[in-house]
Amino acid sequence: MNIQQNTVSENNFEQCIKCTVCTVYCPVAAVNPDYPGPKQAGPDGERLRLKQPGFFDSALKYCLNCKRCEVACPSNVRIGDIIQAARIKYGPQHNTSLRNFVLANTDLVGTLATPFAPIVNTAVGLKPVRYAMDKVMAIDHRRVFPKYAHGTFTAWYRKHAAAAQAAYPKQVAYFHGCYVNYNNPQLGKDLLRVMNALGYGVQLLDKEKCCGVALISNGLHKQARRQAQTNLHAIRTAVNDRGMDVITTSSTCTFTLRDEYPHLLRLENDDVRDRIELATRYLYRLLKEHGKELKFKDTAPLRVAYHTPCHMEKMGWGYYSIELLRMIPGVEVTVLDSQCCGIGGTYGFKKENYATSQAIGAPLFRQIEASGADIVATDCETCKWQIEMSTSKPCEHPLHILASRLA
Amino acid sequence: MKFDTVIIGGGLAGMTCGIRLAEAGRRCAIVSQGQSAIHFSSGSFDLLGRLPDGTAVTDPVAGIAALEKDAPEHPYAVIGARACEKYAQEAPRLLREAGIPVSGDCRANHFRITPMGKAVPTWLTIDGYLTAGQPGALPFRKVCIVNVEGFLDFYPEFIAEEFRKAGVTCRFGSFNHPDLENIRRNPSEMRSANIARVFDHEKNLEALAASICEAAADSEAVILPAIIGINRNDALEILKQKVAKPLYLLPTLPPSIPGIKAQQLLQRRFRALGGEYFLGDTVLPAETENGHVRCVRTANHGNIPFEARDFVLATGSFFSRGLIASPDRILEPVFGADTLHAPSRAEWYTQRFFDRQNYQAFGIRTDRSLRVVKEGVPVDNLYCAGAGLAGFHPVQDGCGAGVSLLSALHVADRILNSKQS
Repeated sequence: MNIQQNTVSENNFEQCIKCTVCTVYCPVAAVNPDYPGPKQAGPDGERLRLKQPGFFDSALKYCLNCKRCEVACPSNVRIGDIIQAARIKYGPQHNTSLRNFVLANTDLVGTLATPFAPIVNTAVGLKPVRYAMDKVMAIDHRRVFPKYAHGTFTAWYRKHAAAAQAAYPKQVAYFHGCYVNYNNPQLGKDLLRVMNALGYGVQLLDKEKCCGVALISNGLHKQARRQAQTNLHAIRTAVNDRGMDVITTSSTCTFTLRDEYPHLLRLENDDVRDRIELATRYLYRLLKEHGKELKFKDTAPLRVAYHTPCHMEKMGWGYYSIELLRMIPGVEVTVLDSQCCGIGGTYGFKKENYATSQAIGAPLFRQIEASGADIVATDCETCKWQIEMSTSKPCEHPLHILASRLA
Repeated sequence: MKFDTVIIGGGLAGMTCGIRLAEAGRRCAIVSQGQSAIHFSSGSFDLLGRLPDGTAVTDPVAGIAALEKDAPEHPYAVIGARACEKYAQEAPRLLREAGIPVSGDCRANHFRITPMGKAVPTWLTIDGYLTAGQPGALPFRKVCIVNVEGFLDFYPEFIAEEFRKAGVTCRFGSFNHPDLENIRRNPSEMRSANIARVFDHEKNLEALAASICEAAADSEAVILPAIIGINRNDALEILKQKVAKPLYLLPTLPPSIPGIKAQQLLQRRFRALGGEYFLGDTVLPAETENGHVRCVRTANHGNIPFEARDFVLATGSFFSRGLIASPDRILEPVFGADTLHAPSRAEWYTQRFFDRQNYQAFGIRTDRSLRVVKEGVPVDNLYCAGAGLAGFHPVQDGCGAGVSLLSALHVADRILNSKQS
């Protein structure tokens, strides 16, 4: 018997002292009694699973992978990674449903939907369609779907922006993600506007696939790994061959590219990890450390409440987006308590999670309503959908607010 | 990132120091590797319960004056008895302004009751928790101890055993509720925080009150474990109104509800004063240059360093890895500061767990301003506060919270009054 093999686990799990602090801060355990909480699902369960895979508990699917357990852990145990890695290793080995396939394949569905955006958007807004999706696919009928754009960001870029971008003396590469490409090309345009104002041109990667976060959480990790390999190859080309940093506008894509690839998909990215960063952080460095300046035209008062997405909290980078908002003349920033909005990417779309999702978000929604803010800002698209669906306030990316006030 | 002060460690010492500096208008950042040991709080803050020779302390301020003579390496002696008294007057205000309602007197210890029913001298106790003026002088002769069925971290029998020694008659009550069945599906998770969420619902509090009334019968008072009020401040008041008898809380084993609340309130206060709190990040080993710290870097922030005029090391002791024991030395992992420890490992501890263990008094070497000493020389802008300090036995002498609070206020004072400002 190889004792080592049976006793050693990754993700620092042996540092767990069973203090239960993680479970105190788990948004799911707080509202869903079917979920035993991160201590039990993570390090405690891992001990058993190492002995016998049969101890795998299907309740692990209730983990929404927010990583707030890891942020709270005083002992640096990667509790969220232990849970997700267990789902990959011991969980169902193929996709469990058409629903999960559809929700996870943001790239494929986006490609199919954007040419027919007006029709698709109208259809998924109709009650009978939503009830049908609820019945047939178990996508909750109360969930409001994000609208698809009529035409992708990349198509627009190639046609209208590529030539002008190439003319700038300095260049960055942009990992736009599915949301900008299929749902909100405007955010990509906003990024171009801001970077251009600072003298930077923005390039697409040679090839970009969905970062894979939804594939991982829906049990399609093999496909996630293939897409991750494609992305890492394109990122390496951008960084090593073209000498560009890679910036992003989605906190979850960023977190996935930097941390989930090595931790969950076992794809080393050490050589490029530091070159992948959120655009708000990149801008913070340009403005605060390199003395660059932006000129603003619109300085009308605007009260902005910033919501820290879970993966932003995990990266610890909310500070940069908040500081960036604070630099905008006329903008008054309130920072909302850092707590999960409940959507968890595709999690809250699933019928069985809808009630949990809204219960998790309830305290945040109350705080937003009471904030007196004109607008909520956040770096995560799925948080935006959840906040716009569940509160009376609009929600935008910090860069959109910044770009719309530039001179 | 540029701040006036960067504090490494977000526990009681780090947050107290940060709040004090932020109150004075300084721009501070706290970097904390996860949540802190405040989550294990007893609901009380000890200042000084015993002298090193075991003598019980009734007047902590007088006790600190004695330490100044007899235990010069104790942080209180280093800070100085007069300064300690000033900070001891100031600390309760800081806690109350953060929303932690504490009562107590630094000239006269009162007694808190532990989850085992023992009376232990203490300084400040959060309102609502059972205290006694003297050990054995409990405010009732007949009491009902109510517990939640299946709760793993509270032991009414042990408590009753202690209470009986003081001539108190005890009866027991047990509470169950359908909503608790949900938690019981994972029996290992019958913990205070999970149970407390059940009692965030007013109707469940009402059911608990009804059960308490029935169980209490002719008891003069009721004892309840601290399993209420995690997300609402009025839970105890609601129960008290319905029960119509004196109702006292006792701390449970961790996680501690008063601790969780205290942590969140301190954090909120620090942020409200403009402080930046970076949770879940690790400060990487840092260099000093000519006896000065210019910046530190963290795991999360990588190529963007934390720059500041002053730095505070409030990383705690062994539990939080502010100190690390290697086979032959005690190491401070961030700056490689000098540490005070017995040279031979054989002198570090005895075989008996409950002995006064030497290792508990090991810690970071500082000068009189609590500036960290490295290679024999104080680092001019690096201070140490809290459990990482050397020269005291936090548990045996009942002074852990006091050292954190007072050293944090002392460091804040040093920073605010340093020549450069």
